[in-house]
Amino acid sequence: MPLLKVSNLCKSFGGLQAVSNINLTLEPGEVVGLIGPNGAGKTTVFNLITGHFPPTSGEIVFEGNTLVGKAPFEICNTGIARTFQNIRLFKDNNVLDNVRAAFHSSTDYGLLGAIFRTPRFRSEEKRITNAAINLLETLNLANRANDTAASLPYGDQRRLEIARALAGSPKLLLLDEPAAGMNPSEVVNLVELIKNVKAQFNLTVLLIEHQMGLVMNLCDRVVVMDFGEVIAAGLPSVIRQDPKVLEAYLGKGAFA
Amino acid sequence: MGRNNNQLIKSIAGVIIFYALIKTAILTGFLNPYWQRVLDQSLIYVIGSLGLSLIFGFAGQFSIGHAAFFGLGAYSGGLVSKMLGTGSIPAFLLALLVSMLFTALVAYLIGKPVLRLQSDYLGIATLGFGVIVKVALDNANKLIPEMGGATGMTGVPQVVTFEWVFFFTVLAIIISRNFLHSTYGRVCTSIREDEIATSAVGINPAKYKMLVFVFGCALAGLAGGIYAHCYPFLHPSSFDFLQSFNFLIIVVAGGMGSLTGTVVTAVGWVFLQEGLRFALGEAFMDWRGVIYAVLLIILVLVRQQGLFGNKEIGVLAPRAVLTKGGKKNAAPES
Repeated sequence: MPLLKVSNLCKSFGGLQAVSNINLTLEPGEVVGLIGPNGAGKTTVFNLITGHFPPTSGEIVFEGNTLVGKAPFEICNTGIARTFQNIRLFKDNNVLDNVRAAFHSSTDYGLLGAIFRTPRFRSEEKRITNAAINLLETLNLANRANDTAASLPYGDQRRLEIARALAGSPKLLLLDEPAAGMNPSEVVNLVELIKNVKAQFNLTVLLIEHQMGLVMNLCDRVVVMDFGEVIAAGLPSVIRQDPKVLEAYLGKGAFA
Repeated sequence: MGRNNNQLIKSIAGVIIFYALIKTAILTGFLNPYWQRVLDQSLIYVIGSLGLSLIFGFAGQFSIGHAAFFGLGAYSGGLVSKMLGTGSIPAFLLALLVSMLFTALVAYLIGKPVLRLQSDYLGIATLGFGVIVKVALDNANKLIPEMGGATGMTGVPQVVTFEWVFFFTVLAIIISRNFLHSTYGRVCTSIREDEIATSAVGINPAKYKMLVFVFGCALAGLAGGIYAHCYPFLHPSSFDFLQSFNFLIIVVAGGMGSLTGTVVTAVGWVFLQEGLRFALGEAFMDWRGVIYAVLLIILVLVRQQGLFGNKEIGVLAPRAVLTKGGKKNAAPES
């Protein structure tokens, strides 16, 4: 059974057909790249999967259950975590609390437990704090745990978003341009990091990316979108030769 | 647990020393009855302001109707006490419970439709609610004669002593602190920082906005209930939107996201008001608007983030956690 199955997904904003008839299947353990020119509808697909917009039509099934009509927090709790293209951290909170906040749904004490500081509160806080520190260590951020998120350099903020996404123990991780704004050596490190994290947490990954180096190194399969439609799909090495893809990126006749 | 216990002992000692100092000042006549009342009022403001601090300072939900909840607490608790008429301590505690529960219920009912609004729009809606409550209190005597309407309400047993105010203030501070230093506090600040990201990490923002709104308004209701048993005359104009601005100024001037700032500024604000009244005499009523405005302008120019920014001191500060290669200001984990 596929982990995620998107069928005939459509989304229009007024007269604009942002996504039309997208079909996408993710098998467990895959890393799939979603690429395409700016405005192709890639982020909209993410927003549809994670419930930030309701689809106009179509079906999204995750582990046999439909996601259509569910709120973003419910979808996250079924095991889909994401990062954002334009980093959305809790800026004024410190790095540790950014991650600890994401442990909320697995926290096993109530309001009264918090107010009366019960033993369960103490043990749960200890568990959450240790788990958050472990995640920060995995993503090389532990030394910044007590700094505010806004004070981190750009690349660290991107990794902090990944750490926060992992806190919910997701099965599927959606990364929206994880390497945006990184220099080539940072991209090399990021590729290693994503590989490690994927293996360690048993993840399936769907990622949007413009840096072809990262896509070619990381992805088992690539899906190419243009004007809201899938124009090609397959192995990275095949996709890079596809005339339709070259046309979408470079214009007609460019490959001749 | 070394640091933890140390902190606890220090704060208990601090509370006792503070209480002893005030008591000595009262017994030696240094603090005359007038300033004792001012002190009571300042602590009542601390309780009410903590409520708004949670709602606005920590969870980022802009409310300009906080005095309405303060007033609902005062009138509902006051009414219960007046009806019971005994002036006994159990009746007083029952009245406070009614203040809190009634205010919480109203907060829930009003929060249901308005909390889906964002920032300024929420402000406008809560401002409107404040005006409605003021008008309702002005005309309450048509429904319940005991409430006095626009002529004010009297006859609530005056059972509150400094000890009671002090006790509830300390309680409110502890509860707010424990709430904030838990997963609930982290959820609140996450909502303030980014609601979309909060929902993307599996948290339902609507649920927790409601929780903190009801919680904060219940604190305002508690403050109101105590106020009703402390001042013999309740009037709707004490709970209008100008009063809401007092709470708002305290939270903003103290520093958004700082409990310490809220507590210190609430006390300071009330004493400043009374100090000005003392210094200026009759002229105070004419000049206070000017003085407040100038003070706020100076604050905004010199210290935009408020007196305390989002910093906390002592036991109100969350525990820093030591990590490998982390800063040395982090305290060792127990």
